[in-house]
Amino acid sequence: MSDALLSIRGVSLSFKGIKALTALSFDVAAGEICALIGPNGAGKSSLLNVINGVYRADEGEIAFAGEILHRPTPIGAARRGIGRTFQNNALFNRLTVLNNVLAGLTRKAHASLLEHAFRLGRASGEARRFRDLAENVIAFVEIQAYRDVIVGQLPYGLQKRVELARALVSEPRLLLLDEPMAGMNHDEKREISQLIIDVNRELGTTIVLIEHDIGVVMGLSDHVVVLDYGRKVGDGTPDEVRLNPEVIAAYLGTRH
Amino acid sequence: MNLFLETLVGGLLAGVMYSLVAIGFVLIYKASGVFNFAQGSMVLFAALTFVTLREAEYGFVAALLITLLVMVVGAIAIERFVLRSLVNQSDLTLFMATLGLSFVIEGLAQLLMGASVHELNLGIDDLPIALGSIQVSQFDLVAAATAGALVISLSLFFNFTRIGISLRAIADDPLAAQSIGIRLPVLWRIVWGVAGLVALVAGLLWGARQGVQFSLTLVVLKALPVLIIGGFTSIGGAIVGGLLIGATESLAEIYISDLLGGSVSTWFAYVVALVFLLARPAGLFGERAIERV
Repeated sequence: MSDALLSIRGVSLSFKGIKALTALSFDVAAGEICALIGPNGAGKSSLLNVINGVYRADEGEIAFAGEILHRPTPIGAARRGIGRTFQNNALFNRLTVLNNVLAGLTRKAHASLLEHAFRLGRASGEARRFRDLAENVIAFVEIQAYRDVIVGQLPYGLQKRVELARALVSEPRLLLLDEPMAGMNHDEKREISQLIIDVNRELGTTIVLIEHDIGVVMGLSDHVVVLDYGRKVGDGTPDEVRLNPEVIAAYLGTRH
Repeated sequence: MNLFLETLVGGLLAGVMYSLVAIGFVLIYKASGVFNFAQGSMVLFAALTFVTLREAEYGFVAALLITLLVMVVGAIAIERFVLRSLVNQSDLTLFMATLGLSFVIEGLAQLLMGASVHELNLGIDDLPIALGSIQVSQFDLVAAATAGALVISLSLFFNFTRIGISLRAIADDPLAAQSIGIRLPVLWRIVWGVAGLVALVAGLLWGARQGVQFSLTLVVLKALPVLIIGGFTSIGGAIVGGLLIGATESLAEIYISDLLGGSVSTWFAYVVALVFLLARPAGLFGERAIERV
């Protein structure tokens, strides 16, 4: 497929002999919402970590926007436009919501350090523009009321929104969401799902997300990839995946 | 009254020198959440390099610039060979690395420049001058002014640039900081380079006062109470803490030393720090840790 934004080609990863991912291949088309599902330990988070360079694959390669990523690092991934959130929130707990979101704009900063130090040239305009951008994103995820609160003091559900805002503010082309709805109740899940759909439709961001709630996944995604023990056992539209016997086996067990 | 004022002013000026050393720690702590054990060795290394260059008949400015260059190159080397392989390791690992670094820097200083005591003359007369009705050491005034200027420029640099937010982001969660594109290696180089500059200034002022010798590394022990009072993350706190320690120490030396058998100033700062630890463990300006349980 040539219109794939992200292409996973034969990726394998192991930790001290334990295979986390085995010869995994699939494509994520530009503009779609792709869900990764599978039992605990199936390798879903490991795959996200390979995509944004936290882990390096033992074999295989990853192409982003038609370009193969050589020696990927988290910094490099961010600079290319791959944003992400983490399973256990990885926010800057001692900073306010606004500062967390502002920090997310790092890759967009063009003014040099010296310009900032002396408030010259591009720096002053940039500071104003960044603030506007941050405020817009904060409004988009509906956390204006908390903009000056220290993030460590917020409840979990709101922290998830802050993390989403921090990832969104740099306008990533690809957004990796690791269990954005973990630990939420039904209403909160519906709100976050709607938010993710809004991001996808309004900002055109391609999204790869991990989620355990199959009901939510089926309603949300255009494309579902099922992992089990580091292998791909299903890949297709939600309806195709739902009827796949291997997927049913991985999720519900087989009859003996 | 004059004696009190003179002691107070002298103490405050000495306190600025303490702040100067403490700021070196604050910088590294802000960027990595780690107490940099090697700061004292950096102070020594800078002073020793400068004095060796001066004895080799280099001019004052030339020696200063070369030493600064050495410190910056050192910072880049530290990032490349020590810190880079420790990204995303625990704070304790990083702390142990700075401990090891302190031995390497001290050993290197001894290997390259010998272990003898050098005299350092900055060309400032240490004569008392009259300020109104009180006498103040000229050297102390110059030292305090230098330290003050450095502190103000550092505060501006870190509070009004994106570096400030990036630093705090890195200290909070290095992995998350990298995944939003903050260049950890670049920031580490900047911070260690600036810490090297601070070490140079501290090394020159303290070296001129005490002579350049290995005991200079112990100056950092005086920075500890300053950090406990001011908080490990605040440049402003380091200044206030330094002033507080300098003033109370001098006053205690004059007014209660005789009652306690003399040389109160060697330990008084630590008692003040202890009181602060009991009353305000995060220091005056430190960020209180928030823990959800």
